Amino acid sequence: MDFPVLRHFYSQMTEGKGGFPVLKKILKRILIAIPVLFGVVLAIFIMLRIVPGDPVQTMLGEHMDMALIEKLRAEMGLDQPMIVQFFKYIGNAMRGDFGTSYRLNRDVAQIIAEAFPHTVKLSLLAAAVAWVIGLVAGVIAAIRQNRLLDRLFMGCALLGVSMPVFMTALVLQYVFAFKLNWFPVSGFDSVNSMVLPAIVLGWNSAGSIARMTRSNLVEIMQNDFIRTARAKGLRETGVIVGHALKNAMLPVVTMMALQISSMLSGAVLTESVFGVPGIGRLAVNAIETRDMPLLQGTVIFTTILIIIGNLVADLLYNVLDPRIREGA
Amino acid sequence: MAEFEKKGYPDGAEPELMVSHEDQIGEADTWSDKVKTLVRQNKLAVFSAVVIVLILLAAVFAPLVAPYDHLEQSLTDRLAHPSMEHWLGQDELGRDVLSRIIFGARISLTIGLVPTLISMGIGTMLGMCAGFYGGKIDFVIMRLADIMLAFPSLLLAMVVMYTMGGGLINIFIALSLINWASTARVVRSQTLSLKEKEYVEAARSIGVKKRTIMFRHILPNCLPTLIVLFTLNIPSAILSEASLSFLGIGAQPPSASWGLMVSRGKKYLFSEPWLCIAPSVAIMIVVLAFNFLGDGLRDVLDPYLKEQ
Repeated sequence: MDFPVLRHFYSQMTEGKGGFPVLKKILKRILIAIPVLFGVVLAIFIMLRIVPGDPVQTMLGEHMDMALIEKLRAEMGLDQPMIVQFFKYIGNAMRGDFGTSYRLNRDVAQIIAEAFPHTVKLSLLAAAVAWVIGLVAGVIAAIRQNRLLDRLFMGCALLGVSMPVFMTALVLQYVFAFKLNWFPVSGFDSVNSMVLPAIVLGWNSAGSIARMTRSNLVEIMQNDFIRTARAKGLRETGVIVGHALKNAMLPVVTMMALQISSMLSGAVLTESVFGVPGIGRLAVNAIETRDMPLLQGTVIFTTILIIIGNLVADLLYNVLDPRIREGA
Repeated sequence: MAEFEKKGYPDGAEPELMVSHEDQIGEADTWSDKVKTLVRQNKLAVFSAVVIVLILLAAVFAPLVAPYDHLEQSLTDRLAHPSMEHWLGQDELGRDVLSRIIFGARISLTIGLVPTLISMGIGTMLGMCAGFYGGKIDFVIMRLADIMLAFPSLLLAMVVMYTMGGGLINIFIALSLINWASTARVVRSQTLSLKEKEYVEAARSIGVKKRTIMFRHILPNCLPTLIVLFTLNIPSAILSEASLSFLGIGAQPPSASWGLMVSRGKKYLFSEPWLCIAPSVAIMIVVLAFNFLGDGLRDVLDPYLKEQ
């Protein structure tokens, strides 16, 4: 039997013409991501297990019955060789079981599932802030290249990149929550209480988005097709929005996905200043209470998110940029 | 490159233009030329360099510069407001905030400089080996780098701090060990292109040892990039320390670490805001100065780095 369509599809995929090499590329990228994922889990697993001291003993305190300690160790699987523990952990993790928290005595997966929506909400709001501020500032700076407004915005952007997250947080808390009393000092339950954390977390990314948008736009504005667009009588706004921005956005879009990593790092600080019950605060609490399974779960969970984010960024870039898509 | 050739040169520009352009960025540019260009082009970077030197001097000669001892407590003057005697006031134990900030510069600069140097040293070696030897070595090193880069650096540092416990020495070790991957990537890609240069081929054909080629021919040519990366990595190391100390899993009291000072001052934000604002501003100034200097150096030393 002959399937011309399938044959065509296959040859497209393998011969490197048309749109299908992308598929191959995507598969390749996913295949590369798997060992990285594995390595990440292994690295965290080993790092957390070379801690001096016995976790069971720290959990129960100094003066406990030896027999009880042994029993608990066996129950938690800590008496088995590390390699066995590791594969057990992987197997369980794939089924969504990240172990049991030492301190809270609950499923780590469940604790993460409760905290995660808060972090997602915070990150999405922050991303929105970052996009709006970053894009507007970047475009204006590019249009007014080397003039006062450009200098001002780029100065602010650099300030945004250089200001420690906790400083932004404390300054905003002081001014808007304490002096002006517009927003609550901490908490994350009402819309009002989300404003400050979102701005704090978005501020850093806004700086890098603005810088990148500006430099891309400045470069693209020198292209021939921009001159053509102007020559055919298009208004300047049309030139920028319709022609320049579309091209300048490519790297910015992918950068946003890469920013997930720094955003989650920033979320650790933002959440702990504003008392947002998210993943970041969970990790800090886990360190303070020496809760190894909880720390392990949160770090592995966030890192997997980041790897997936990077993968998506990569693929998005492939899909969005026709030059790469055609394998040029 | 093909893209560029298709576009051609702007109106009537002849190849001669390219020659003079080559002259400008060619080998004639010595280090002192580059410094001169920097001084001429980028006043902000030069100003930042001056600020950095001043802070460095203040840190080295902290006991002479600081008006008081940074650990001297005076419980009767706790939380005293800024005054002529104590410009930035006194903290919750009556210690002079300005003196603590000056002594804290020692911590921040050491954390910024030494672990960055160590981690970049590791990254350079690994990157050079990966690029030069290729094959399995390259694969293993770069996958390790992928794994390191997959972690958000703050979380990774937190895990290391959990394992080793708090304290400045442990931050030192943590930051030395975890930040090598990005350097390794950049150095690897540079090595890959340098490896194809004629002079490397010439050296190889007269039988120069591989190690000698790496250190004599490849490493010196990576140096401009490394200097830029170094300057830009310092502020992120300083911020990492400050963040860890702020979260309470870094420097421990009575250390004068800026991050720890902010964290301790947080309690008094609404009554004595200078307690956390002053050290925050100190962090910001140092970070900004290194960023400005790094940006300036990049434009002069390695304009291509910007695109990566």
